[in-house]
Formats: sequence, structure tokens, C-alpha cells
Amino acid sequence: MKIGVLAVQGAFIEHKKIIEDLGAECAEIRQKKDLEDIDGIILPGGESTVQGKLLRQLDMFDTIRSKILEGLPVLATCAGLILLAKDIDSGEKSHLGTLPVTVRRNAYGRQLGSFKATGDVGKIADFPEVFIRAPYITETSEDVSVLATVDSKIVGVRYKNQIGLAFHPEMTQDYRIHEEFLRLIS
Amino acid sequence: MEQTQYELNKGLAQMLKGGVIMDVTTPEQARIAQEAGACAVMALERIPADIRAAGGISRMSDPKMIKGIQEAVSIPVMAKCRIGHFVEAQVLEAIEIDYIDESEVLTPADDIYHIDKTKFKVPFVCGSRDLGEALRRIAEGASMIRTKGEPGTGDVVQAVRHIRKINSQIRKVTTLSEDELFEEAKTLQVPYDLLLYVHKNGKLPVVNFAAGGVATPADAALMMQLGAEGVFVGSGIFKSGDPAKRAAAIVQAVTNYTDAKLIAELSEDLGEAMVGINENEIKLIMEERGQ
Repeated sequence: MKIGVLAVQGAFIEHKKIIEDLGAECAEIRQKKDLEDIDGIILPGGESTVQGKLLRQLDMFDTIRSKILEGLPVLATCAGLILLAKDIDSGEKSHLGTLPVTVRRNAYGRQLGSFKATGDVGKIADFPEVFIRAPYITETSEDVSVLATVDSKIVGVRYKNQIGLAFHPEMTQDYRIHEEFLRLIS
Repeated sequence: MEQTQYELNKGLAQMLKGGVIMDVTTPEQARIAQEAGACAVMALERIPADIRAAGGISRMSDPKMIKGIQEAVSIPVMAKCRIGHFVEAQVLEAIEIDYIDESEVLTPADDIYHIDKTKFKVPFVCGSRDLGEALRRIAEGASMIRTKGEPGTGDVVQAVRHIRKINSQIRKVTTLSEDELFEEAKTLQVPYDLLLYVHKNGKLPVVNFAAGGVATPADAALMMQLGAEGVFVGSGIFKSGDPAKRAAAIVQAVTNYTDAKLIAELSEDLGEAMVGINENEIKLIMEERGQ
């Protein structure tokens, strides 16, 4: 099994280490040719404006989008969730738009609003959730299942082959979400 | 600063990795930087080249000017305070800056002590020329490190010197036996536990960016190939002929820093690079501030 992790900007090494620790192959996606023969893709945290721009400039945007629409499993964290979201509530241009939710960027404010919480993520109990200048989800379409909430705000969803999280499982030593992602693929 | 906050602050630096942080002096420049793909901006009144040219005392920027930049962009906004000037840092924290750069670019306010950064909730980045400086700043609470380079020169030689030195010292530390680390900690004037981390992990406990003198896509890629995790570009962008184009080219070069063919394309038609100034031609050596 080969997982691609989008490596144009942000915290991609952290995801790669976990995937490799779990015994799967992991490829860094920097250019279009890197997208061949992957069985799943991770969209990591970082700055969504930068990642969205580089996806287009490096001519990967359409390929990634159609692969996801065709069913390629995707795990998206923080900036990755913003890349997936169909709408951004500030009205700025959305990116891949494959996940039918609306996100609010920097929803908790600036860095001084960053925080840690613990909560259930789907069937995974008591998961450590790290929020860094994080977004949350303000609206979802009916067929989206909510995986996690913090203070009644939606911070994790699943829709078909797409998992979107506002927090950073890659910044913890808890591998359960990545394990679940790999199980989903195999 | 409690441990959780420190982890969150180191975490924000991790999110900036593989990115370019650009110096900006106006909301308009900040928007150009964001549009070009900057992962954060550094708000300051004058870019280092102008600080160097103007001489005199260089201080924290006007909070109003910084707030204007915070309103103009959605990416993180950093700002500089003088080395040791903890009240400037308190002011920057009060306006909810995302990262404070305790910077040798400004005139130091204290010639002995750096700021006790553990007293703050807001994260700090500090410059370093070698492993000793880096670990001393981390011990004081810095959650991100950058090379000092020689700001405002357009000359990359000092940044290269600093990243090579720090990485060579890290390699050496990994080869020492654990009992030799005690002596090495004394030599480097750093806490033993931080040195032990470097010994075990072969890296600093925080993210390390390159800064100082980066002016071209090739300069940025050079720093990445030498082991930097991202790049600060100060005067190099807005002192050049076509800032927007040069900024976008540097961003792409940092992402694909080993793809020489792409860097060749990116380096075409960028207009004039900043003229720059050689280290032998300058009187004020900023890298020597705050050791």
C-alpha cells in the first residue's frame, strides 16, 4: 500500500513518519508525476492559501480533484480540510471543493487562541486534539457524518472517501486515526 | 509559559515549514506577499536594507502599522522586538501577534540578557549562528530558530556559514558518547538536557529556518538543500525589480528545492535582484548582536 502526502508546504514529514511507522509506504507529492499509483492521499496542515496556490501552479489541482471524486481515500488535517471544503465562509475562493461543508478559517483567532482538547473522533475515544490557528466547520450537507465536535462546533467529518479534521493528529503520539485511515484503504 | 502552550507554539512553526516568510512594511506589500504564496509575513517599518542605510536606533514598529497588516492578510503575522526589550514583546503580545522575532536587525536594548521568553504565551523566533546560540535561545523559551545571516545585504554567505556550522555541530554531537555530552554542554554553554535531545535526535528540538541575505530562488533552494526547513526573505523581495514575480518564484523554489530544471525556469526574467552589499563593505555587523 502506498500513501501520498502532499508535500508542497507545511507539516508533511510528521504524517509521513506515522504512515511509515505503521508499515505502509509513503511518497511525498511535490509534482504531478508523484500522484501516479498512490492508494490514498494525506493533505497536511500548513497554510491553505500557500498550498492551494502551489497546487495550481504545479499543475496538480485537476488531477488531485478528479482522483478524489473518483474515490481516492483522503485524510485532510487543518489546512487540508480547508483545501477540501466546498465553501469558505469568508467568501474567499474555495480550492478542491470535493467535501460538501463550509469552513471558517482561523475560527479561533490568532496563535493566542490555539489550544488542545480531548474528545471522541467517530468510534475512537478520547483522542488528543491539537488546534493551531484552526478552522471549524459551520455547515455540512446532510450526507456528511460528523466525527468530532468541540464546544458544539464541528471539527471532524467523514463523507464517502474523505475524512476532514480541523485538528492535527500528526502532532501527537496517538496513531489511531492514521490506523483507521489505512484500514479504510485496505 | 505552560508546556501545552509551548507545544502549540512549536507546532505553529511546524506548520510554516517548507514555506517562505516575507518582510513587509505596508498592508499593500502584505497582500502582494500573501498572493505570491508567503506562509507568513514579518511586519516592520523598514526592511533591513533601509535600516542599515538609515543608521541610528531601530525599534519595534508602530502597533497601528502592524494592526493594518494583520487586517490585510489571513496568514500569520510576525513582528520584531529588540533583543532584551521585554516590554516591546509585551506590547506585541497585547496586539495578538502570531510570532515575535527577538531580532538582531533592531538595535539591542540589553547587551547581556535576552528576553525570558518562558514568561510569554506568544511564540518567539530567534536568530543563531551556531548550536550554542540556538540552544541558549531555546532554553530561554524560543519555539523556532533561524540563522542570523547578515540582514539587509543580499549576500547569502553568512546564512550559509551559520546553517553549515549548526548542522556540522549537530552531527558532531550525535557521535559523542553520553558522558562526553557533559563537557560539550560546558563548551557550548548550553543546558545538558537540550544537548541530550540533539544527541538522540540529530536535530534541534524546534524548527530551524534560514534567514539573512536570501535574494534569489537559487539562494532559497541552496538554504533548503543545506538543511533549512523554510526561508525568511527580507530585503530581497521588495528591494528587487519585480517583487510579486520574485516572491512567487522563491516560494516555488522552496517547495521543489532539488529540481534544478524547475529552478532554472523560475529564475528567468525576474528583473533586477537587489544590488546587495558585501560583508567587507559594511561597518555594522548585525550577526554579532546577542550571543
